[in-house]
Amino acid sequence: MKDKKFISYLFEVAWILPSVAIPVSMLVAILITAFAVGVRVPTTAGRVSVSAVAAGADSTFSQTGLREIAPGRYEAIITAQTFMFTPNKIEVPAGSKVTFILTSKDVIHGFKINGTPINVMVIPGQVSRVTATFDKPGEYLFVCHEYCGAGHHVMYGTVIVN
Amino acid sequence: MASIAARARPVAISTDLSVERKLAGINIFIAFAALAVGGLMGVLQILRYNGLDLYTPSKPLLPGGYYQGLTVHGVLNVLVFTTFYIIGFLTYIFAKSLNRPLASSRLAWATLWVMLTGLVLAAIPLLTNNATVMFTFYPPLKADALFYIGLTLVVAGTWLLLANMIITRNAWLADNPGQRTPLPAFMAIVTMLMWTISTIGVASEMIFLVIPWSLGLVGGTDPVLARTLFWFTGHPIVYFWLLPAYISWYTLVPEQAGGKLFSDPMARVSFILFLILSLPIGMHHQVTDPGISEMWKLVHAIFTFGVFFPSLLTFFNVVASLEYAGRRNGGEGWLAWIFNLPWGKPEISAQIVAMMLFAFGGISGLVNASYNVNLVVHNTAWISGHFHLTVGTAVALSFMGITYWLVPHLTGRQLWSRGLAVAQPWLWFVGMGLFSHFMHELGLRGMPRRTDIGGAPYVQDEWRFFLFFAMIGGLIMFVSAIFYYLNMIMTLTRGKKLAEAPDFSFAKALSGPEDGPKILDRLLVWVAVAAVILIINYVPTILDILSTATFDVPGRRVW
Repeated sequence: MKDKKFISYLFEVAWILPSVAIPVSMLVAILITAFAVGVRVPTTAGRVSVSAVAAGADSTFSQTGLREIAPGRYEAIITAQTFMFTPNKIEVPAGSKVTFILTSKDVIHGFKINGTPINVMVIPGQVSRVTATFDKPGEYLFVCHEYCGAGHHVMYGTVIVN
Repeated sequence: MASIAARARPVAISTDLSVERKLAGINIFIAFAALAVGGLMGVLQILRYNGLDLYTPSKPLLPGGYYQGLTVHGVLNVLVFTTFYIIGFLTYIFAKSLNRPLASSRLAWATLWVMLTGLVLAAIPLLTNNATVMFTFYPPLKADALFYIGLTLVVAGTWLLLANMIITRNAWLADNPGQRTPLPAFMAIVTMLMWTISTIGVASEMIFLVIPWSLGLVGGTDPVLARTLFWFTGHPIVYFWLLPAYISWYTLVPEQAGGKLFSDPMARVSFILFLILSLPIGMHHQVTDPGISEMWKLVHAIFTFGVFFPSLLTFFNVVASLEYAGRRNGGEGWLAWIFNLPWGKPEISAQIVAMMLFAFGGISGLVNASYNVNLVVHNTAWISGHFHLTVGTAVALSFMGITYWLVPHLTGRQLWSRGLAVAQPWLWFVGMGLFSHFMHELGLRGMPRRTDIGGAPYVQDEWRFFLFFAMIGGLIMFVSAIFYYLNMIMTLTRGKKLAEAPDFSFAKALSGPEDGPKILDRLLVWVAVAAVILIINYVPTILDILSTATFDVPGRRVW
């Protein structure tokens, strides 16, 4: 009887140790990719007045589009509204590092560029700021991935890398 | 003197559970009626994804088309079906396990009436296309105020059950001094405690932000604060759905399989861990949100990994119990005992199938919670694939499996067709296996979720192949659902009346509660621990949002 209890105790330990070890090692892997490799997630990037943005009176978002801030470094200012991104076509040379700065004029939208780690919510009153490097030439589709109303499925754009 | 005598020799406690039986029946009936409508919407969606548009002919019933249908699908399946089923099931399981009725039958009926009133109020704008805001209703999307008031009442109704359970358990403890709360009642009350604490989030969102704003009392709102409060409840809610299925897996399935629960103390420990760790993890749904610091997103990801642990304990304990049953039934070998489980019992096949698919759902859930890995999958079809395995299978299929014994037990009618009932879970397994696999694939290829893909100009060629197989899976699920509903309707109307309704008993444990420390039953202690961890994980972020919030974002009706 004692032996039987001991054996089931061993089984429990044999299960519990990996149950702790697996999530812990996954966590370590995540921390390495985040803080050593540098794959970070969106974070606080300030607020804007939604009425100012909608009226075209905000200093940043009144001038949407792409601008080169240093050789090979770009900033893309984009506004989202039902049911379009402005601009919806961005063209950069291969090897460019692009910071996308977005906000919404109305409801919540989403911004995900396929083939890159860029995936961020675009929320009225908030600035979303995300960066990616485009090494491979091609067309990168970006879509609004948060339900934003009856025309949500026609809201998209492309990054063209030459 | 008389009063002392009365105290020393308490009057016999009623064991009449007729109120609880009725409430279980009514709640579960409402739940499955909701699931029927919500599930049908799913069929329309997957057909539309493949270019078959049934929304145009449905226009008189569903003026809002795809997005209204999708909102109905989400609200009815994950808010109405789950909540009503759980309240009905837990009411009865709790009372049955203590072998006494709930302390107040009035309060028990009030629970139902408040929830039902809420459901009717919310259904009006939902069905008239005045609340096409998805079940997450993120402001500034602005539905008719009735939608929010109704949903708030449904939640408030559930609080009454917790109050009733606490009063009943205290009375039981007074009558049974020094005894351990029976495991099913313990689990039911822990589930309701966890859920009620979690609803602080959505209740605050509704009462302080959304309802005054939808009524026009205030002009604007703060979308990030609303999202944060929503997900404060929105992740724990998945454990509110899951834990009742776990209650069945722990305390009923071992008995139905012909065995015993492996370990009662381990089961209690896992539920205590769920109480503590389900709560402080909502921000893993907001990994891509601006306005929330990276650091707290990481902390919530770490805690989400923590809640994986009690699920692994559950996996071990339930499988060990099944193994014990399989060996008692003559099974041998490392794994061959699996074939000695009573697969001919639909409640067993349904719930084991649910467990098998849940393993995959758990794995994809870990991916979702994995901080930066979430960038690959957030708001893609992967997420839909994931939760169709969890709430759509682990929960929904277990709940169906439970009705295969519970409906005969409650109604005294024999199941109309055992054959259909045994086949149904396997069809679900194949259908959901296909559907969710291809939804995961589509997500990895960048297909967004909650999007009318049939009308999208950017559909990629490689998606079409996967969409086709997802549709095949969806249609197989539809057949499975028809098997289920046909069987239930026939059982309720034509099922053979049994001389005596079949009774049931809870599983006994190989290692009983006496093998675990008594502090496991001291719920106040664990609630306090949960509260402290919850406060640490949420207060800094909420204060941070409040310090910059301007509450000036106006509502929009964009559908």
